[in-house]
Amino acid sequence: MSYLGILDADLPDLLKTMYHIRAFEEKVDELFMQGAIHGTTHLSIGEEAVPTGALHALRSDDYITSTHRGHGHCIAKGADLNLMMAELLGRESGYCRGRGGSMHIADVDAGNIGANGIVGGGIPIAVGVGLSIHMQQQARVCLCFFGDGAANEGTFHEAINLCSIWRLPVIFLCENNQYGMSMSAKLSMHVASVADRAIAYGIPGESVDGNDVFAVHHAVWQAAERARAGQGPTLIEARTYRYKGHSKSDQNRYRTRAEIDDWRARDPIVIFTEVVRARGVLAPGADTQVRANAYADIEAAYAFALASPEPQVADLLEGVYA
Amino acid sequence: MATVQVSETALSANDAALTTEMTYAEAIRDALKLEMRRDERIFLLGEDIGIYGGAFAVTRGLFEEFGAERVRDTPISEAAIAGAAIGAALTGMRPVAEIQFSDFMALTMDQLVNQAAKIRYMFGGKAKVPLVMRTPLGSGTGAAAQHSQSLEAWFAHVPGLKVVMPSSPADAKGLLIAAIRDDNPVVFFEHKLLYRVKAAVPTGSYVTPLSQSAVKRAGQDVTVVAFSIMVPRALAAAQRLADEGIDVEVIDPRTLRPLDDTPILESVKKTGKVVIVHEAVGSGGFGGEIAARITESDAFHYLDAPVRRLVGAEVPIPFNPNLERAAVPQEDDIVTAVRRLVREGR
Ligand SMILES: Cc1ncc(C[n+]2csc(CCOP(=O)(O)OP(=O)(O)O)c2C)c(N)n1
Ligand SMILES: [Mg+2]
Repeated sequence: MSYLGILDADLPDLLKTMYHIRAFEEKVDELFMQGAIHGTTHLSIGEEAVPTGALHALRSDDYITSTHRGHGHCIAKGADLNLMMAELLGRESGYCRGRGGSMHIADVDAGNIGANGIVGGGIPIAVGVGLSIHMQQQARVCLCFFGDGAANEGTFHEAINLCSIWRLPVIFLCENNQYGMSMSAKLSMHVASVADRAIAYGIPGESVDGNDVFAVHHAVWQAAERARAGQGPTLIEARTYRYKGHSKSDQNRYRTRAEIDDWRARDPIVIFTEVVRARGVLAPGADTQVRANAYADIEAAYAFALASPEPQVADLLEGVYA
Repeated sequence: MATVQVSETALSANDAALTTEMTYAEAIRDALKLEMRRDERIFLLGEDIGIYGGAFAVTRGLFEEFGAERVRDTPISEAAIAGAAIGAALTGMRPVAEIQFSDFMALTMDQLVNQAAKIRYMFGGKAKVPLVMRTPLGSGTGAAAQHSQSLEAWFAHVPGLKVVMPSSPADAKGLLIAAIRDDNPVVFFEHKLLYRVKAAVPTGSYVTPLSQSAVKRAGQDVTVVAFSIMVPRALAAAQRLADEGIDVEVIDPRTLRPLDDTPILESVKKTGKVVIVHEAVGSGGFGGEIAARITESDAFHYLDAPVRRLVGAEVPIPFNPNLERAAVPQEDDIVTAVRRLVREGR
C-alpha cells in the first residue's frame, strides 16, 4: 500500500532519516556551543522534509550537489554518520580527512558532489554533472540543492539557461527557507516564488510545501521522470524554514519570535509522524523508538569521531594535486 | 538628494591629540560614520550590512543612524554589488561596498579588474571611479578553504586599483578615510583576526595617507617587512628577539599598490638582512615583488645574506585547527626565521 506516491513500507525509514538529520544537527549545535568544534556551521533544523522527500524520489546512483547548509542532503543521500561526524571534528577518518569541515562534506564516488562554501557555487557544477550524464548516455539525474539567496547569484541564471538549452537531466531544487542570512526572500527578489523564474528559461517551475515530505517527493519524482526522458531540467521551490540562526554568530535581529514559533508549529517531523501513525505502519509508540535509535546512532558517531586520530601536521602539503 | 554637503576637515594623525581605546572593527566603523556624516555622497552597500550589522559586526549601528537609503542591504549578488558601485562612482556618488569574505571577491573580478581598474586610463582620463571595496581576509577562524584565503596579490597585480591592508586600529581608521577620499577604486583588506584587537585610536577625523610605508619598530640588525596580521606577529617576535640581542626593524607597507618602497630599501641598506613575511602562499605572492624591488635596487649591494621570505604553505587552508595553524606563519616561525638569518646567514 502507498500514500501520495510513497510506499507505506518506506515510511519508517524516512522518519529515521528525518530524525538522523535533526539529531545530528542538534549534536553539532551542542558541540559548537561547547567550543568542541571550531569554525562555523549552518544548521537545517526545521528543513528536514526537503532532502528526505527529494532523495527518496531518486535512485542511489543519482548525483546531488549540496550547499553550506548540507548536513541534511548528505544524510538523506545515505552518508555514513560516523564519517560525517569525524569530519566535523576535523579527524583523519572524516569524509574529507579533516581538511574540509562542516561546509565541505563530499563523497563523490557515492554521488554526493559536495557541500559548497560559495553561495550558488554548486549550481553550474550541477549542469556539468548533467552534461556528463548526457554525454556518457547514463540514466542518472543530478539534483541540485541551493537556497533562496543563491537564486540571486549570476551563477543561478547562467547555469539554468545553459542547462535548459542543452536539455540536461538536472533538477534545480531551491530550499526557500525565507532568508538568505538576514535578508528576507521577500526583499531580495521581485517575484513571489523562485519557481516563477522558470518561465525565463522555458522550463517547468513548481513551488511546493517544503515541510511536507510527500509534496517534495512528488515534485522531485516528476522532475526526475522528465529528466530521464530527455526532457531537460525543472526548477522546484520548496518553502520551508530554518529554526536556528544562519550560523553560529547569528542574533536573529531580522526576524520575530512569533514568526519562528509559527513555523515551529508546522514542524516537518511532527507532520510526517502524524501521517505515519495514521497509516498504521508502526506499532503504537514505535515512532518514539525510531527517534531514540536515531539519537543513539548520533552518539555512536560522536564516539567514533572522538576515537579517531587527528591529521598529522607533517602531511600538510600532501594531497593538493591528483 | 537636493544638496551635497562636503566639509573638508582633514586632520593629520599628529593633529589629533586625543585618543580612545577601540578595536580594529570599531575603528573602521568610526571611519565610515565620520565620513558619512561629512559627505552625503558616501553610501554603503553589501550583504547583511543593515540590521544584521555585517557578518563581522563592522557596520553595526550605521543602519540605525543613516537609514536604508545609505546603508543598502543587497541580495547575494557580488558581481552586481561591484558593478553598482562602479556605476554610482562614475556618476557622482562615493560608494563603499562590503564583500562579506574576500574569497567572494572572485565573483567581482570582471567588474573590478576589467571595468573599475581600466576605466580612467582607457577613457583617456575623462572619468573617475571613487569606490572602496572593504573585505575581510585571512585564516585562523576554522572557516576552511573557501573562506580563509589571502588573495591580495591578485589585486596588487592590476594597474588602476589601489590595495590597502591595515595592521592596526589606528591605521585602519586613517587609511579607510584616505581610501574613501581617494578618487580611485581601492580594495581594502581587513584581517578577521584583527577585528577584535584593541589599541589607542585618535579621536575625530584624520587621514593616514595611502602609499606611505610605516616603520612600526626601529632596529639595526635585520629588517622584517610584514603587513596585515603579520605586523603584530612580527612586533611580538621582535620583542622576543630583542631579549636575545637581535634588534629588529619592522616595516609595514600598509598599501601594496602603489607601493612606497623607499622605507623598505632604506631599512635594508641599514641592516643588510631582510625577512619578508605574509600569510598568502609564496608563489606569486606579494613578497616576491618586495624581494624584487630590493634586489633590483642599490640596496642589493648592502645585502649580506639572501633575501628571505616566510609565507603561507602552498595549500588551500585546511579545516583542522592544527593543520590550519601550520599553514601560515606564526610568531614562533618569525622568531626562528629571523634568528637563523642573523646567526647563520640563511
Ligand atoms: C558567494 C557568496 N556570497 C556570500 C556568502 C556568505 N553567505 C553564506 S550563506 C549565505 C546565505 C545564503 O542564503 P541561501 O542561499 O538562502 O541559503 P540558506 O543559508 O538560507 O540555506 C551567505 C550570504 C557566501 N558563502 N558565498
Ligand atoms: Mg535561504
